[in-house]
Amino acid sequence: MRFLQCNTPFATFAVLAVVTQLVLRAAGMEYCLTQLTMALYYALVVLGLCLVTGHAGQVSLGHAAFFAIGGYTSAFLTTHDFGPLPEPAWATGLKQARVLIEHSDLYGGTALSVSPWAAVVVALLLTFVVAHLIGYPALRLKGHYLAMATLGFGLIVSKIVVGTAQLGASDGITGVPEWPLGFGLTVSGRRTLRVENYYIACGLLLLTLVLLRNLIRSRVGRALQAIHDRETAANAMGINTAAYKLGAFVLSALLAALAGVFFTHYTGSISPSEAGALKSVRYLALAAAGGMASLWGVTAMSVILNYLSLRGFFGSYDNAVFGAILILIISLAPEGPLKPLGQWLRHGLNRNHHPRDETTGAPPGASDGAPRIH
Amino acid sequence: MALQYLLSGITKGSIYAVVAIGFNLIYSATGVLNFAQGEFVMLGGMVAIMLAQLGLPLVVAVGAAVIVVSAVGCLLEITFFRKLRHHSILHMIIITIGLSIVIQEIALHIWDEKVRSLPYFTGNEVSSLKFFGAAISPQVLWVLGAIAVSVVLLHIFLRYTLQGRAMRACASNPEAAMLAGINIPNMRTLSFGLSAALGGLAGCVISPITMTHYEMGAPLAIKGFAAAILGGLGNPMGGVIGGLTVGILEAFAVSRLPAAFNDVAAFVVLLLVLFVRPHGLLGRPGGEAVREH
Repeated sequence: MRFLQCNTPFATFAVLAVVTQLVLRAAGMEYCLTQLTMALYYALVVLGLCLVTGHAGQVSLGHAAFFAIGGYTSAFLTTHDFGPLPEPAWATGLKQARVLIEHSDLYGGTALSVSPWAAVVVALLLTFVVAHLIGYPALRLKGHYLAMATLGFGLIVSKIVVGTAQLGASDGITGVPEWPLGFGLTVSGRRTLRVENYYIACGLLLLTLVLLRNLIRSRVGRALQAIHDRETAANAMGINTAAYKLGAFVLSALLAALAGVFFTHYTGSISPSEAGALKSVRYLALAAAGGMASLWGVTAMSVILNYLSLRGFFGSYDNAVFGAILILIISLAPEGPLKPLGQWLRHGLNRNHHPRDETTGAPPGASDGAPRIH
Repeated sequence: MALQYLLSGITKGSIYAVVAIGFNLIYSATGVLNFAQGEFVMLGGMVAIMLAQLGLPLVVAVGAAVIVVSAVGCLLEITFFRKLRHHSILHMIIITIGLSIVIQEIALHIWDEKVRSLPYFTGNEVSSLKFFGAAISPQVLWVLGAIAVSVVLLHIFLRYTLQGRAMRACASNPEAAMLAGINIPNMRTLSFGLSAALGGLAGCVISPITMTHYEMGAPLAIKGFAAAILGGLGNPMGGVIGGLTVGILEAFAVSRLPAAFNDVAAFVVLLLVLFVRPHGLLGRPGGEAVREH
């Protein structure tokens, strides 16, 4: 029973995902799944930010850079022609292990590139290293300084991406191959695989949510919360604040990179705008809109708003909408709009129903503890 | 050749210095690091260009632009920061970033995405003066002159006038300042107005050289921040030294690196300074300023 209660939100999420797909199919609007899938991948980045900013209290304005590092590494390795290789033992070994695979390039010739799985491993390793290199010194800074340091890092990555010819400069990389995951699943933008890919993205998001929920409810989560509330006190309690902050930062960077990898293989391309500072700001806006610390609030807001943005609902006011959301939410409802809304709804329900309903009437967001940002 | 780079570095650096001074003024009076600082420079250029195109004489257009931008600065303070005094540092950062984006988008919708510029104040694109073998445009002299004069005026204001002293008092100890009868909220508004006016002026004088574009604000803000950190955050005149250093470094980096990596040098310097000497080259390592206020 307790197991069921703990996992109701996850089940609700799964049911909602299936219902959405069925409704869209019935309405003949399955094309919407493409943008929905992309929005689900973006939600991964925002969830990572939710861990760092909402739970550990550290601002990051550089998460688009990690998304780009993941996406670009994967795109470069799987499209760049490394051949013809000399034939020493290691090269043949790599080929036999299917780390390097031959495929036909744009002009019909054969090209030798890294296989998607190997590229993912390299992308995540690279992100791991970069996140440590940046996180270690940056997380010693506080407030404005940390924000500026991460922003500066993001800008460096985006300038490097735009300025490097091998990474396609301002055009980005296109023609990224699909990624056979195994078990008959393939990450690909092909129309016939649209539904399958939607469920891959849902599954990945669900896994991430379970992982983060468990992390937040563990000793680590409580340590992060303590750092968030008062770092000096946490330190005095014997919490290795530097290590915990770095760990949370690296984990969220890896999530962003993973999202980047999936996104790139799904859309078959990546452009430098994915690395831009505006994207980083947008991720922070989405986290703020979801209430920063509430996993479910953040998921809901980032999927919905990103979906609307990708479908072009905001027209040429796209960035302005996200900027305005930031200002309005932070100045009017710093805990995010969902919590006050939930309380208001519950209040209304309690007045109409018997008060005993209160125990089951909690909105999903409440199970993560009160969202806090300070 | 080195002199040529040095001169271009000083020109760019003087703009960064103005942005850095703007950061410092607002930061020391309110504790807010205004990420929208670069937008003031952009707005100054844009408004002056619009007025000049309407046929107003250049001096009037520039003067009006400075006043308009200054008013925008005051308005931002009154609308957003006066009410949100008790919000945390994270909130403040997010709000100023949001403001920066919204101002950019408004500018995009008012003035479209074309690159535009004011006419040269004297001479034109090709006129140049010889200076120890290096060619400089007369506009560079305008930039340096205008900025030097305004920095000196600001210094005099802060040091010798009652208002300026009140502002400094408010920065060093708000409670004591309040007890001495200083109206702190108004001082904070004034600091926004002043720093916006400075930014607006810089946006006007630099416009013929670097052109004005709705997206120019954000990179300026970052480099200005790098300059402010270099000079020690909260120290208005430290920003001058910081700004010139960043500008000169950047100008020499251009001669060594491919053009696309132009800005990377400045950002790397920013990161290095933040990581190694976050209290700045001139600041004292008290650690206090690095901690949250």
